[in-house]
Amino acid sequence: MKNAISDALVITKRQLLQLARVPEVLIFSTIQPVMFVLLFRYVFGGSISTDQPGGYVQLLMPGIFVQTVAFTLAATASGLAEDMGKGLIDRFRSLPISRSALVVGRTLGDSLLNILVLAVMGIAGFVVGWRPTSGLPQVMLGFLFLLLFGYALSWTGIFVGLSARDARVVQNVSFIITFPMTFLSNAFAPTTGMPRPLQYVAEWNPVSTMVAACRQLFGLENQFGATAGSFPSEHPLVMSLIYMVVIMAIFVPLSVRKYKNSSK
Amino acid sequence: MKSVVAQHLIKTYRNGEVRALDDLSLDVEEGTVLSVLGPNGAGKTTTVRILATLLAPDSGHATVGGIDVIKSPEKVREIIGLSGQYAAVDETLTGWDNLVMFGRLYHLGKQASINRANELLERFSLTDSARRPIKTYSGGMRRRLDLAASLIVRPKVLFLDEPTTGLDPRGRQEMWGVIEELVKDGVTLLLTTQYLEEADQLADEIAVIDHGKVIARGTSDVLKKQVGGERLEVVVESAHIKTTMEIVAKVSGDKVSLDEALRQISAPVSTGATALIEVLRALDAAGIHPLDVGLKRPSLDDVFMSLTGHVAEEIVAAPVDKKKKGRK
Repeated sequence: MKNAISDALVITKRQLLQLARVPEVLIFSTIQPVMFVLLFRYVFGGSISTDQPGGYVQLLMPGIFVQTVAFTLAATASGLAEDMGKGLIDRFRSLPISRSALVVGRTLGDSLLNILVLAVMGIAGFVVGWRPTSGLPQVMLGFLFLLLFGYALSWTGIFVGLSARDARVVQNVSFIITFPMTFLSNAFAPTTGMPRPLQYVAEWNPVSTMVAACRQLFGLENQFGATAGSFPSEHPLVMSLIYMVVIMAIFVPLSVRKYKNSSK
Repeated sequence: MKSVVAQHLIKTYRNGEVRALDDLSLDVEEGTVLSVLGPNGAGKTTTVRILATLLAPDSGHATVGGIDVIKSPEKVREIIGLSGQYAAVDETLTGWDNLVMFGRLYHLGKQASINRANELLERFSLTDSARRPIKTYSGGMRRRLDLAASLIVRPKVLFLDEPTTGLDPRGRQEMWGVIEELVKDGVTLLLTTQYLEEADQLADEIAVIDHGKVIARGTSDVLKKQVGGERLEVVVESAHIKTTMEIVAKVSGDKVSLDEALRQISAPVSTGATALIEVLRALDAAGIHPLDVGLKRPSLDDVFMSLTGHVAEEIVAAPVDKKKKGRK
């Protein structure tokens, strides 16, 4: 057990070293979410009318935070697929290390990167007018939630990466999962404008409960359509936690098993 | 003692459509080198992957260092090293980064990992490039680093899967030198190759595989004898052809043939070097100076041809190493 943890940390350290050796990766993985902040704030922000005090950017930031951590799925999946394609996974699997080390290490590494990305985004948001009104402890709790959500989806990414095997396929598959998931939600526009059947899907979507939870933690009012009064709308925080537990409960054992049996 | 034993391994892919291994058995005596020789798709990599615990066979039994690879893979991993086509290093990181990381994964302490990394970099002449990302390495350097990574804990059994495929002649020579050094240190080595010369040069024993089966095994000499004995070849000036043919016929006692264009006289001999000396003495006594003389043994290409009835498909000829070309 002690070895399993230290092995995983060696793998995490490897990812950090990679960032140190190729800093461009770090620069571009932070530029992209900042670009999203600016685009949504200034391109769509003007056309989305809201009576939210402080303007659209208050609603937007939690949405963009969640979207960004949801993309951890793609990052984990393609990183793993790349390692597999290059034969690095075989090398690790021939070593006397715990079988979970590589996947645990990678999910941890991707989460560490998320901390940095969220920090940069938070600063960018602040610059363009984002002002959470709830107070520091709640805001920090919101970020903790975001990290946990990213971590849970990272495990989904492990499964996608191991299943698809080819780095290009992995990229396509992860986008097919993450795009509808993040856009069919309350992240960028209120669900109340969607066709009623779609409102159910959007409001039960884990991304929406996460966004709702963050808005709550940042001191904002939530707005629900079809599902107003239901459990997820009343308790987005609890519901998000339940989703994370469910995602992990499914994908951690599935991914570890897949990794053990993976072979070309 | 046998360090590696594989018995009746069967591995199929795509629901039995492709039989990668079809009742393959082999073993490697401790401290010796077995070369598994065969064309692409013969089952070499699948064999290595099973023995290195990366893949489970459909049926069959295998042990490495006396440990069952299917029942106790984690124990096997402690005593093996794997390097080759499909076992790589992290190209983004430097050579030093990689070796230290693998040291840590072998549970050496921090300082021990660093010391071992420096030691291996020195040994494989990579110290100067230690701090450069592997991406910038030449093919030969990359393979040497890969090999170094598999030697961190001095494995008892080393698997090298096509260690020189894709290298230029110089890289191949360097790699051969490094492997020969390792063998001197007493490691048990199972090496796969599609280069006939490589098997000949490095291995104590060769197992020829084709379509997932071992079709022949033995020392390079035994395999060559299986195909037919040696031939004595002499090249002389045109004026001496007739006399030379008589001399060769007397020593050989068999049918002598003449290639007039090359002025080359050849005949099968059973006594090898002794026959060569006899012929040379007789030629000398007759005042004939041969332009070229040698014992020609069948090449491993000939071996493959006679064993399988077809040429070694997809076998890429390795650049010929002059010294080793059968003439002795």
